[in-house]
Amino acid sequence: MAGGEEKKKKSKKKMKVPEQDEGGESSAQPTEPEETTAAFPPSFSLSEIKNKQRRHFMFLKLKQEKRKEKIAMKKKRKKERDALGDKAPPKPVPKTIENQRVYDETTVDPEDEEVAFDEATDEFAPYFNRQTTPKILITTSDRPRGRTVKFTEQLSSVIPNSHVYYRRGLALKKIIPQCIAREFTDLIVINEDRKIANGLVLSHLPDGPTAHFKMSNVRLRKELKRKGKDPTEHKPEVILNNFTTRLGHSIGRMFASLYPHDPAFTGRQVATFHNQRDYIFFRYHRYLFKSEKKVGIQELGPRFTLKLRSLQKGTFDSKYGEYEWVHKRHEMDTSRRKFHL
Amino acid sequence: MAAPARNHVWVGTETGILKGINLVKKQASNYTEVSSLNKGQEVNVLCFGDPQESEVLVGSRDGIVRVFNCEKSKFTEFHECRGGEGSLRGLGVLDNGIITCVESGLLKLWKEGSSENLEIQVGPGVAKMRQCDVQRTKVGTGGKENDLKIWDLQRAEEPIFKAKNVRNDWLDLRVPVWIRDLGFIPETDKIVTCTSYHQVRVYDPATPQRRPVLEALFGEDPLTALSITPDGRSVVVGNSHGNMGVIDLRKGRLLYALKGSAGSVRSIQCHKSMPIVASCGLDRFMRIHSLIDKKLLHKVYLKSRLNCLLLTSSDKWEEEELMPLPMQDVKDEEDEVWDNMETVMEKNSSKKQGGKRESIVEDTSIANSPKRNKKRKGV
Repeated sequence: MAGGEEKKKKSKKKMKVPEQDEGGESSAQPTEPEETTAAFPPSFSLSEIKNKQRRHFMFLKLKQEKRKEKIAMKKKRKKERDALGDKAPPKPVPKTIENQRVYDETTVDPEDEEVAFDEATDEFAPYFNRQTTPKILITTSDRPRGRTVKFTEQLSSVIPNSHVYYRRGLALKKIIPQCIAREFTDLIVINEDRKIANGLVLSHLPDGPTAHFKMSNVRLRKELKRKGKDPTEHKPEVILNNFTTRLGHSIGRMFASLYPHDPAFTGRQVATFHNQRDYIFFRYHRYLFKSEKKVGIQELGPRFTLKLRSLQKGTFDSKYGEYEWVHKRHEMDTSRRKFHL
Repeated sequence: MAAPARNHVWVGTETGILKGINLVKKQASNYTEVSSLNKGQEVNVLCFGDPQESEVLVGSRDGIVRVFNCEKSKFTEFHECRGGEGSLRGLGVLDNGIITCVESGLLKLWKEGSSENLEIQVGPGVAKMRQCDVQRTKVGTGGKENDLKIWDLQRAEEPIFKAKNVRNDWLDLRVPVWIRDLGFIPETDKIVTCTSYHQVRVYDPATPQRRPVLEALFGEDPLTALSITPDGRSVVVGNSHGNMGVIDLRKGRLLYALKGSAGSVRSIQCHKSMPIVASCGLDRFMRIHSLIDKKLLHKVYLKSRLNCLLLTSSDKWEEEELMPLPMQDVKDEEDEVWDNMETVMEKNSSKKQGGKRESIVEDTSIANSPKRNKKRKGV
């Protein structure tokens, strides 16, 4: 085939391989291949080829070509770097969604007097001033099934001073006054849909706020690979990562107030709430300093992922409560680089 | 701080700070020292002290009404308006007297200098008291299980209008009452209310009917604030999920929604003549929407939860700030032409403060340039 040969030539010259009819132009091409390639409009693309087989063939070739070029470039750059040795410029930081984040004007400046005052007088202030010790009630939606029951038990094993109660069909609004009377400081409700835990309501008592999370990827202890032995009774340390905005701060303080002050470092256990792209990942580890530089960690479980749906002022009142922040997908999720926490 | 505060929007926060926002300069400033605050100073209500809007009255939760003087840009007077229980739900001014209303239902008129104050019991659970802008002696109250009442402060024994609850529903059950906000429609006797049961109701005291003459529903969440548009034909309502809508008052139809809020709307105010509406709420942002094209014109992050807001009623606030500068330029040119006019010029400029203001603007722009840039991004 005459056309095939020409194309090979051209494809080496240009990235985008132009496709032609074999009829009239094949006769004209051998004389001036340069000009014919230039004659194509710049917007020409392979998808304009009508013959499927040919299109596929051309596409494969284009791919190969691109790959080769890429590898060559990479080699070249590496060579340059090696040649420069120590003087090589630092590698550019890869672009990720996180570091391309849209600037959020609510990002908390740690020296901001006003925000500091706001936080010093909020509902969590008694905990941070060490006037209260956390006492947590964990319950589920009505009639939980297998996995959710296990999950609540494991959750209570990683949160000190937490008590699991069977819901017994009670309304949350009736539970809350009783909790307050018994000096619980937080209420966690796990919601379940078709045996899969899918929601978490975290309500701070006695005055709120109440956060509603979507929960996903629940892994029980049993389902983890390379897990450690069951956690001990020691008070764990808490790590809160990346809660930078004003809303993030409120949520971070909410999680922090679940755990008692003064962790028992002998237990070497740590609970992590890691926020990345508005998803909050919970992990529970035990660590060990193997040497002065190396540290080993062992996951104890359970693990789950949370995503904030809403933050409501006051205790749970979905009907007449006032919301401080509601996630509105169509209004807020306009940019993939915009994060709220 | 010593310079006169020329702000377009005044905002009262939950932390007790009074904030002023200049939309032309895109600056927001605090007028209360953060260090001097405590929890009881939460600003519940704001109102202008006089028609020229040179004074802002700040009603806080501990029952103290502070008078903020815009010219001196500091708090000048403190009035103790305690009485009744609960936080302040309404504030008004009636020829040098202050009208306050607290949650437990005690409406008081504090006359200056006289020890005898007018007291009215308007019923418990008050959520809002509002003074009519035209007839200053007329106030409206409403709240939880406390239907709309209109009072004339000159004849305060009986309300001049008392709303009647709507008929029982199809199950013959009583319809609950929970008014959250109300507003007087200009040029008519009519009153609009919004309720926690997401109803917007129009009452007409001119007719013998005491039940609402129009009822419209908006959304599914409690309506928390309303404001009547400058033409008086529609009303802007906001709810606890941060949805705002404009409802036509003639047919009760939703005209359009105003988007952008993330949290409960605590206060809405339309401008007296311009087609703009300001709103603030628990999401800590003050927003200004255009009523013509529904667009978000300004968005200012103010760090604390915002309880109430006041929008200036002056007409041309953009020109007010911009005008002095070109005027000054012209004067400078004249200055060059006529040298002997110098003395007069100085007098003139000092009187109008044109030159002074320009220098101030420049100063602030240099001193606060990083901050201002940030603000601009925010706005």
